Amino acid sequence: MACKLGIPQGLLFYDYYPLWKEFFKELGVEVVLSSKTNKEILDKGVSACVDEACLPVKVFHGHVEDLKDKVDYIFIPKFISIRKREFICPKFLGLPEMIKNSIKDLPPIIDTEINLRKSNYKLMKAIFETGRHFTYNFFKINSAYKKAFKYYTDYKRLITKGVIPMEAIRVYSKCINNVENRNDNSLRIMVSGHPYNIYDEYLSMRLIKKLKKDNINVITPEMIKEDKINYYASKLPKRMFWSFGRKIVGSAFSVMEEQKVDGIIYVSSFGCGLDSILIDLVQRKAKALKVPFTLLTVDEHTGEAGINTRIEAFTDMIKWRVKNENNIPTHG
Amino acid sequence: MRITFPHMGNTYVAVKAMFEDLGHEVVVPPKCSKRTLEIGTKYSPETICLPLKINIGNYIESIEKGAETILITGSCGPCRFGYYSVIQKEILKDLGYDVEIIVFDPPDGKPLELAKRIMKAAGTKNVFKIVRSFQKGRKVLEEVDNLVDLSNTKRAYANNPFEIDSIMNGFYENIEKVHGVTETMKLIKDTKSKLRRIKVNKNKKIVKIGIVGEIYTVIEPFVNLEIEKKLGHMGVLVDKSLTPTKWVNHNLIYGPLGLSEEKKVWKAAKPYLSTLVGGHGRETVGSAVLYAKENYDGIIQLLPFTCMPEIVAESILPTVQKDYNIPILTLIVDELTGEAGYLTRLEAFVDLLRKRREEKVNEGILSGS
Repeated sequence: MACKLGIPQGLLFYDYYPLWKEFFKELGVEVVLSSKTNKEILDKGVSACVDEACLPVKVFHGHVEDLKDKVDYIFIPKFISIRKREFICPKFLGLPEMIKNSIKDLPPIIDTEINLRKSNYKLMKAIFETGRHFTYNFFKINSAYKKAFKYYTDYKRLITKGVIPMEAIRVYSKCINNVENRNDNSLRIMVSGHPYNIYDEYLSMRLIKKLKKDNINVITPEMIKEDKINYYASKLPKRMFWSFGRKIVGSAFSVMEEQKVDGIIYVSSFGCGLDSILIDLVQRKAKALKVPFTLLTVDEHTGEAGINTRIEAFTDMIKWRVKNENNIPTHG
Repeated sequence: MRITFPHMGNTYVAVKAMFEDLGHEVVVPPKCSKRTLEIGTKYSPETICLPLKINIGNYIESIEKGAETILITGSCGPCRFGYYSVIQKEILKDLGYDVEIIVFDPPDGKPLELAKRIMKAAGTKNVFKIVRSFQKGRKVLEEVDNLVDLSNTKRAYANNPFEIDSIMNGFYENIEKVHGVTETMKLIKDTKSKLRRIKVNKNKKIVKIGIVGEIYTVIEPFVNLEIEKKLGHMGVLVDKSLTPTKWVNHNLIYGPLGLSEEKKVWKAAKPYLSTLVGGHGRETVGSAVLYAKENYDGIIQLLPFTCMPEIVAESILPTVQKDYNIPILTLIVDELTGEAGYLTRLEAFVDLLRKRREEKVNEGILSGS
């Protein structure tokens, strides 16, 4: 018998999907994904969720609505902390509870608690707790996790080579070594922000694709190596206690300090609590180092035309800047 | 060293007295006003939560009055309050203010750093003296909280609630004039005895409302548009789930020892929310359950716009409302909140609660019990 397990395509999906998928596949579970974010999912989510939540959380509600009649279980792990003395956004901490209280007639939810704030040993506990829904064989769970983790490392490696996670999800299992050659003369723009905002093509209005079409090299926080992120994040006056925050700020600081980008586009969802702090930190640094910076705030009313105009204006501005940089008249 | 600190309800009474006893000159920021908020909104990041904006307003108004050192507390997540100090330092630096900011962060692996900062703020290395003045400060805080509770109860039952208002206004005016712990305590005592003399109508039919939510919004009267006073005038007995005393007891005294009262609240929240969500999200859910069990007529949840932990709580509260059959009203405040609309919602809510109560009584009569 193949149990059907639903995974909503939202929030942490973009960080962990390969790991989850391979793990459950090894356990003989059929993984069902919700459809890609679309108007219908967004509308369902907006009506199910409390008004004040941010857009990605609303969209996540929509994905669960989309899945609930199709599967036997839904996987919504409760991520509290993925690194010592760090947290995930508070809304993730209560995500399973939010879903359970906002959406009726749900199939059973697997809401394993993942809390590595104090020690890493809890990871194994969380893995067994998740696997126990399907098999009592601990060895099987363990080997499934090990195999899945190998795939996950491949996936991560692909991303650090510059592959956008959405593409990496499609190809990580096939071994491809020659990643597309990048045109080194073209512009390099960092698209910064939470993975669930920048990689969700509906929310970000295909921002990355648009930039690539314009022959621009796109860098995202996931592509920066972990040790670099940690090094630059440690330069902050106070230890960053959000894992996402550390990644976003550390990666943005590293590319700016090492002069690896010509500009930064920050995609944020309206009302995001972390972003209100992170944007301020990144923007101040960009101002100090004279790196062009623009902020795109998205919510359920954002229109694509306005976003396009802003992207075009931003890239045009950078192009002129690069072109005219050496043409400064001697008399100022 | 002229010390200042951000406002948070009545905490300033205790902090002022404590530092005056330690021999510092204290600049109490002017009472939060529209101007405070305007200054704060102008210089803060756009989407940050309301408390930071008001803090910034407080600092700038204090600096205008001559403050040189700012004392603030901190935390280490997951609520964004933990990063307040960094952002605030940057904002003040950008504005060109030359002030020193001393942050009391939780030890987070460096206990000596915190001790050093406390000694610096206290201006003495005598640990005994620091502990003693802290205890005195705590006592003042407790007494002020009691005073406010007393005034809330009296207001609900009083024949003329405006008498209470005038006594309390007098108290807040005089607090600026007194110096040190002893004088402050005396003032509190005098005010209390004045309040006790007010005539009350014990037979007045009152409704009981519990207030839960984000701590700053619950405690600071400017932010919640004096909700206790407004409700008091409608004949409502108000109880707040969070007070400065409870915060100090939990975070500084009993919490680290594991003896905190909050455990009871956490236990009540467990069926709905089993883990922490930062801020006071879990306490909001737990307190709502406890109020419902204590037969309160209604619950009001207060939160600043975009507060992350409270949004989680907000989405859980409807289930509590259904399970315990108790009305819950959520009020969200930000710099654009209008007083008239706010008042209308409160009045409608109180009317609803009264109606429900009458119906309950009538049911009893009809069924002959």
